[in-house]
Amino acid sequence: MARTITTADKKPKPRPDIIGGHTLSMYVNNKPGVLMRICQIFARRAYNIDSLVVSQGRDPRFSRLTLGISGDPAGLTQIILQCDKLIDVIHCYEHTPEDAVVRELALIKIKTENAERRTEILQIVEHFGGKTVDFSESSMIIRIEGASDKVDASVRLLNNYEIIETVRTGKVVMARGEQPT
Amino acid sequence: MASKKQQELDGAQALVMTLDALGIEYVFGYSGGAALPIFDALETVKSNMKFVLTRHEQGATHMADGYARATGKPAVVLVTSGPGAGNTLTGIMTAQMDSVPMIIVTGQQVTWMLGKDAFQEADIFGITIPVVKHNYLVRETNDLPRIAREAYHIATTGRPGPVLIDVPKNVSQSPFTGDLDAEIDLPGYKPEKGFDIESASIEEAARLINLAKKPLILAGHGAMLSGAERELMELSVKIDAPVTSTLLGKGVFPESHPLSLGMLGMHGTAYANKAVCECDLLLNVGSRFDDRIIGQAHKFAAQAKIIHIDIDAAEMSKMIQTDVEIIGDAKTALKQLLPLLEKAKHKEWNDHLDGYRKKYPLSYKKQGGLRMQQVLDEIHELTNGDAIITTDVGQHQMWAAQFYTNDASFKWISSGGAGTMGFGFPAAIGAQFACPDQTVIAVAGDGGFQMTLCELATAVIHKLPIKILVLNNHYLGMVRQWQELFFDNRESGVDLVGNPDFVMLAEAYGAKGINIKRPADVRKKLQEALDYNDGPVLINAECIKTDNVFPMIPAGAALEDMLIEPPKYKMEKPVGST
Repeated sequence: MARTITTADKKPKPRPDIIGGHTLSMYVNNKPGVLMRICQIFARRAYNIDSLVVSQGRDPRFSRLTLGISGDPAGLTQIILQCDKLIDVIHCYEHTPEDAVVRELALIKIKTENAERRTEILQIVEHFGGKTVDFSESSMIIRIEGASDKVDASVRLLNNYEIIETVRTGKVVMARGEQPT
Repeated sequence: MASKKQQELDGAQALVMTLDALGIEYVFGYSGGAALPIFDALETVKSNMKFVLTRHEQGATHMADGYARATGKPAVVLVTSGPGAGNTLTGIMTAQMDSVPMIIVTGQQVTWMLGKDAFQEADIFGITIPVVKHNYLVRETNDLPRIAREAYHIATTGRPGPVLIDVPKNVSQSPFTGDLDAEIDLPGYKPEKGFDIESASIEEAARLINLAKKPLILAGHGAMLSGAERELMELSVKIDAPVTSTLLGKGVFPESHPLSLGMLGMHGTAYANKAVCECDLLLNVGSRFDDRIIGQAHKFAAQAKIIHIDIDAAEMSKMIQTDVEIIGDAKTALKQLLPLLEKAKHKEWNDHLDGYRKKYPLSYKKQGGLRMQQVLDEIHELTNGDAIITTDVGQHQMWAAQFYTNDASFKWISSGGAGTMGFGFPAAIGAQFACPDQTVIAVAGDGGFQMTLCELATAVIHKLPIKILVLNNHYLGMVRQWQELFFDNRESGVDLVGNPDFVMLAEAYGAKGINIKRPADVRKKLQEALDYNDGPVLINAECIKTDNVFPMIPAGAALEDMLIEPPKYKMEKPVGST
């Protein structure tokens, strides 16, 4: 069934009352149900999980989790300790952009029926070091990667065109230097 | 030979053999379809474990809880899937809130039916995550011994708690071909860290204690669980510091000792709460600063330096901002602290508190009908304060805490954190199984007792000489007290009209029943109950209907705003906590 594309991606509304934008990394057992235990801790203290990346670790018995979270900063230390307390969690750390490398990737699908606009879009993509990963007559998919603020900036600029959809992976972090992630 | 025998085992048998090898003494449970292979293994495997058939799964959990609180060792709860597992929730939550070790084994639908709404299927793994220390859904038969061993290890080390093992029927009845001695594999769990305490925090604590002029020790359940009684006594005498205990810490420091201030908190003694308000140093040994003891956080021990010893790092600065955090086992911490402390005398401080003790003693009137306080006071005297007491939740519980003072650990068994009605009587059954030679008294209200009274059958069958003390005011008394004080005495949902004749009820189950109606009869009738040891005896004490518990700190108010007696003015509704 053909699908009519009508979504001109809405400009992101500023989110009120969000405190934080904290990034946590966890090293956990690679087992069913582990994520459920972790999510319950955040839900109970009214924390929102803004982004979540889970993947198998180098040792397949374990998984890496990176969570972007927001909520009342007063409870954050205790939440970290409560996550750390879970039997299935090997460790849980908070990271800041100063002590860790933070990266994410976005895929952005844009209408490109107008050739002139297409050129403009490609210039923006080039500026942000992005790539075109799919091209059709009516649309293209762009891949942008980098620190979250860079991805935010590119999406903000591309909002001047007709964005159909965006998909972001969410942040992944790795601690700098000797510090474990 | 051994290997041939092992080949003939099924998963359920391997599970039962492992639990037996771990030293489990009692299995409390209720059978059902999904647990059939495990119940069968209880018959086919020669083990030292004794199975007790309860009358409700909730009762099984409270029995295991009472057993554990009386011995420090876990018992097993064995139930079937779906409703059987669901009925254990309150008991598991109760154990988790009060750090009680317990192993719950639930039967489950076969693995290929999970997630398909099969008969008696419930996602008990998912349902119980927030109320357990850890849980398992077993998918491989050969994993059973390792998981049982891990469950025992997790339940009994660090801060103890309940661990649930959900065993699908095909997993329990398939052949077992694995290693019965499989070792535990828990890379994320390091309870041994509790015995390795940072010396800097101990030194800083010692420095503050040595500077204190008005020190106060707060002893909690953690002190009892770590077996720190002797160190606690040595420390308090050395620095001449009074000791108050939490509800669950009752007995860890003898309440008859001159330095004991009794229990603190919402219905604690006035002198304990005054001491918290006025002390210049508070040493918390294994209490989690429950909201029932702190009142308003920022006004709690406001003039004091606060030192917090807790084995659970996640309890640090959760309720109260502390000056020194000592993360680790209480006994180990006190042992390290003791040599750094200077011997001290705080006569002025202790005399000052004695003044409060004389001015605001715990008391009650003997006129105007039978009071719960009198019954508890007299049973305390008749048993020399040496019985194991279990309670439900409410007025009777607080009066029991006030008037049944005790001098030893593991003799006061009460649902503190969860506040579970119906806990006391089945917990007494578990405690009596654990301690057959001791006097066990279940103190209950008429409300709570009716929630789990079906276990009368269990107590009668096993001829357990439990004294069930039903303090009967035909009301949910604590709720009624709040409605009187904060809701213009509008009674709503508290009148237990329709109560049965408890003596006849006891007799219907084959237990002995005794009525107490007049204050003058209390001693004689209680003695009669204490002398009866052929099975359970229920004492129905008809108490006055509208008595109130004091002292009282309205929820969310500060300790300094404690009410010693009924207020003469209309009170605001409490908003700080429930």
